[in-house]
Amino acid sequence: MTASMLLADLTLMTPELMLAVGALALLLVGVYWKSELGGARIVMRLTIGLLVLAAGAAIWLAQGDGGDTFNGAFNVDAFSLYAKTAVFFAAAVALLLAFKFLEAEKLAKFEYPVLIALASLGMAIMVSADDLITLYMGLELQSLSLYILAAFNRDSLRSSEAGLKYFVLGALSSGLLLYGASLIYGFSGTTDFDGIAIAAAEAGNNVGLLFGLVFLVSGLAFKISAAPFHMWTPDVYEGAPTPVAAFFATAPKLAAMALLARVLTEPFGAMVDQWQQVIIVLAILSMAVGSFGALMQTNIKRLMGYSSIGNVGYALVGLSSGTAIGVWAVLLYFTLYIIGVAGAFAVILSMRKAEGMVERIDDLAGLSKTRPALAWAMTALMFSIGGMPFLVGFFGKFFVFYAAASAGLVWLVVVAVLFSTVSIAYYLRVVKVIWFDEPTGEFLPAPAGVAFVSRATGLATVLLLPFMIALITLVVNAGGGLGG
Amino acid sequence: MAYLVVFAPLIASIIAGLFQKQIGDRAAQIITTGATISAALASVYLLIDVAYGGNARTIDIVSWMAVGQFEVNWAIRLDTLSAVMLVVITSVSSLVHVYSWGYMADDPHRARFFSYLSLFTFAMLALVTADNFIQMFFGWEGVGLASYLLIGFYYKKESANAAAIKAFVTNRVGDFGFALGIMATFAVFGTVKFDEVFAQIPEMSGEILTVFGMNFQALELIAFLLFIGAMGKSAQFFLHVWLPDAMEGPTPVSALIHAATMVTAGVFLVCRCFPIYEVAPDTSAFITFIGAVTALFAATVGLAQNDIKRVIAYSTCSQLGYMFFAAGLGLYSAAMFHLFTHAFFKALLFLGAGSVIHGLHHEQDMRNMGGIYKLLPATWILMIIGTLALTGVGLPIVLGGLGFAGFYSKDMIIEEAFAMGTEGVTFGMFAFWIGITAAALTSFYSWRLIFMTFHGKFRGKEETLKHAHESPPVMLVPLVLLAIGALFAGGVFKSDFVAKGAQSFWGESLPAGAYSDYKYGDYGSGDYTSGDSYGEEDHADESHSEEAGYGDEAHGDDHSERHPTWVLVLPVVVSAGGFILAWYFYMANPHLPGRIAATNGPLLRFLQNKWYFDEIYDFIFVRGTRALGDLFWKVGDERIIDGGGPNGIAATVMAGARRLARMQSGFVYHYAFVMLIGVVVLALVLIAGAGV
Repeated sequence: MTASMLLADLTLMTPELMLAVGALALLLVGVYWKSELGGARIVMRLTIGLLVLAAGAAIWLAQGDGGDTFNGAFNVDAFSLYAKTAVFFAAAVALLLAFKFLEAEKLAKFEYPVLIALASLGMAIMVSADDLITLYMGLELQSLSLYILAAFNRDSLRSSEAGLKYFVLGALSSGLLLYGASLIYGFSGTTDFDGIAIAAAEAGNNVGLLFGLVFLVSGLAFKISAAPFHMWTPDVYEGAPTPVAAFFATAPKLAAMALLARVLTEPFGAMVDQWQQVIIVLAILSMAVGSFGALMQTNIKRLMGYSSIGNVGYALVGLSSGTAIGVWAVLLYFTLYIIGVAGAFAVILSMRKAEGMVERIDDLAGLSKTRPALAWAMTALMFSIGGMPFLVGFFGKFFVFYAAASAGLVWLVVVAVLFSTVSIAYYLRVVKVIWFDEPTGEFLPAPAGVAFVSRATGLATVLLLPFMIALITLVVNAGGGLGG
Repeated sequence: MAYLVVFAPLIASIIAGLFQKQIGDRAAQIITTGATISAALASVYLLIDVAYGGNARTIDIVSWMAVGQFEVNWAIRLDTLSAVMLVVITSVSSLVHVYSWGYMADDPHRARFFSYLSLFTFAMLALVTADNFIQMFFGWEGVGLASYLLIGFYYKKESANAAAIKAFVTNRVGDFGFALGIMATFAVFGTVKFDEVFAQIPEMSGEILTVFGMNFQALELIAFLLFIGAMGKSAQFFLHVWLPDAMEGPTPVSALIHAATMVTAGVFLVCRCFPIYEVAPDTSAFITFIGAVTALFAATVGLAQNDIKRVIAYSTCSQLGYMFFAAGLGLYSAAMFHLFTHAFFKALLFLGAGSVIHGLHHEQDMRNMGGIYKLLPATWILMIIGTLALTGVGLPIVLGGLGFAGFYSKDMIIEEAFAMGTEGVTFGMFAFWIGITAAALTSFYSWRLIFMTFHGKFRGKEETLKHAHESPPVMLVPLVLLAIGALFAGGVFKSDFVAKGAQSFWGESLPAGAYSDYKYGDYGSGDYTSGDSYGEEDHADESHSEEAGYGDEAHGDDHSERHPTWVLVLPVVVSAGGFILAWYFYMANPHLPGRIAATNGPLLRFLQNKWYFDEIYDFIFVRGTRALGDLFWKVGDERIIDGGGPNGIAATVMAGARRLARMQSGFVYHYAFVMLIGVVVLALVLIAGAGV
């Protein structure tokens, strides 16, 4: 490998390198800064800047041709660059949401932004993975950061419990994933995705390869919290500090989903008839759990946890088509979903009363009277996440269903729509509480960053509508390369 | 010009309705009245242009909807038939608008009232100018709505609300038939345009329509269903129950809607669709029967009513019966003629009654009136003119007949019914004798109304009498104009409507009738030619009258013997008899009615309670529907649909949600167990799916 080739490879990795070097540097800044709080503040700001720069680098790379690097272990294509950009922005927004919250809760430590940066680095590697080794490396880097984040409020029993649960179950899922990877390697003789693709196309119904795929998918399903690997989600969402849950619900979901889409369509693209069954089972179970589980919840963070399970189910409906339409529909779906969820968590983070943070749905009572702007934003966001026409969320759902229907899975779409109907019930409940119940008390004014995010995302559910065509063109370009 | 007629009232209504707060009552009155009067003047011009200038035309405004073959346009169809209706509607409407200035002077919601009046006028105009069934249905429903709003105008009065709902619901029954008729028309003809439908009639006469395994003569079925609609709107027997109750509305409304215009929409419908009825003899016979029964029934009920407006309402019902049996016998132009004259004298009577009610401070019960002719002299004279016109007073032999408006139109219907009867038309003789009987009854109850209201001793409270007053000029002027119509409309227009000029007057819009060639003999001389096949079909039908349908050969020869003298004289004689009887009962022997009532209790109660129709309907329909509704609600909806549907599903969902929540135990080993089970299941699914 010559120096110039190495340089070319490294150029394509600009965002990752920026994050890796930046995170280490910021760690040092944090350690050597005089006051702890001041260090946390400066690192937080710098990290947001770093993430935005990384996103800029990813956008800059998207103008070029991309390509394989490091002997095909790392793939920079339109798909991965789109996913990276989205992940970086989502991480930046999550930091914005965390900023004041952490200070108020006496959690403002410089490690927090650094961990987010490292997790984002892991995700960036995941979505570019073109080899089982790269895949695992990125996944673990991301997961380890997330474990720590989940338990970040280490003095809180609930937060530690959430972190520990997530870690134990995550380890189990990593075990499943590794086992699957080893099976695949055993039966195909390579860890390279292109090589596996050739083996899969030749092998036909190779039981070993199929088993390997099931375990691999199971490991990934844990990361996207698809049922039946979802059990950690509500507990962790509830137990972890709210900004952490907000982060969990956005960037890692998109990254893991993008990874799953790549694994299914690139190396195993030839076995679409086999894995389709598995994805359909995952989708139906997730939609069922997401719809029914949420109905009984009183805690809004748990509700969002179930909501994310359900939404993963809808995305899987699109993915189960195995077509290019399915891939870009999933990208679109998650892009819009992240906007909605970020906004919803911004509203949850605004739920601070004089005595502290509150998390019950009933605490939103009469929000329309006490804080009309927030009430409007939450209403729009709930409807958008629920897929009500004509908010942007509707188009996300519409296109994943369209993908499935165009692949002949009309029955699955019918099932999905029915579950979607059930899920509307709990979104509506939140809206009902906001508009029709009597106020029980007023929230304190939200910090500027949180207020900005809740307003901006609330407006985005409507204002993005004219730009849907542009957005769809974008995801079609990004996702069109994958899938049959 | 045509646009002005149709849309001026609509625009005025919208302005008065939406901006009543901004512009105030007076401006609303000026705008609506002005619009209607200008529409009236324009429609007179149109009538002259269309009927005498022979300038019949259809103005397409805009395409309403086009779904495959189904094409509907908004149009203004101007022929003599619609032009006559335009004149009736706009002129009566203008007079009612003006009259209402006085009558509603104290009402705080005048802007709303005038807005409704104009809205009604527009809907009625849309109805008569339709060139297709759908637009007609639009107008049909529009007048129904406006009628509902106006009957329930005093919405704080419970009885007014009930009456409004009754009118609306009863009309719905008819509308249902009408709608089915339109659907059947489209099913058979593939179009809803009048011209296209009528042009196809000759080819379709044998068409059979199969509904639920039963075979119907398509044209008979269509004709019958359309007539059901007409029955509802025109308050014919069985569907008449709403009309008397509709008197809860303000009196000008009764005059406009429930005497002159809306209730005649049914007659108009039958006349408009005469090509269908020409070839549907069974339905025509049914119309004759229903019309005759209504004429008699309503007249008998009118004998025993004490509310001044109700008497006139039943009288309207009865007169509509005359129009229908005329139409059923194929005397379409005679029916239209009676419609035309009736509009004037019945509006006159209603507005006169309104004047009495206004003068006596909303006293409507005739038992509390009497002897007030000195206090309301103008109203008294005008009411008498109206009554003379209604009862058809005239001299039958002199100068070929001379008399009030009703004399020409009503007696003509009766006489022609006799002619039809002698020709053997089904129910012809039946209609004739009923017409004679009803004429006698009409005369009796009309004079009874006059005598009880204006003559004898005042029977109400002293207080009322002291404040009794004649109506202001703004109310009397419309009355005078209507009285002129009641006096002369018959004599002046007779030749055009039903006699010498009828041929050129109606053009292709309506058959002139057999009588037109009998008296003047120049029928079919050749100036009446038409290009299209449907016109020729009419032509044949007319020139040989019912020959084709009913097989009469002698008709062409013995014109002079058409009506024996006794037939001409009889209606006038029985009317005079009714007058004498009424005078004897209510003037000469005022105590006689009481004694007769005492001895004939059951009969009187039978009549006073309107043949117990309301009670029977209440028992069968209202309670029956309620029982059926209860059944559907409690068993069908709550138990079966809700129990198995929404509520059942919701319960199942919630139970599922609880079970799911219980699975979320919080223990890591449970979670791990679920994950492992999940892997196993997925592997099994994959293997089963792959068939390995």
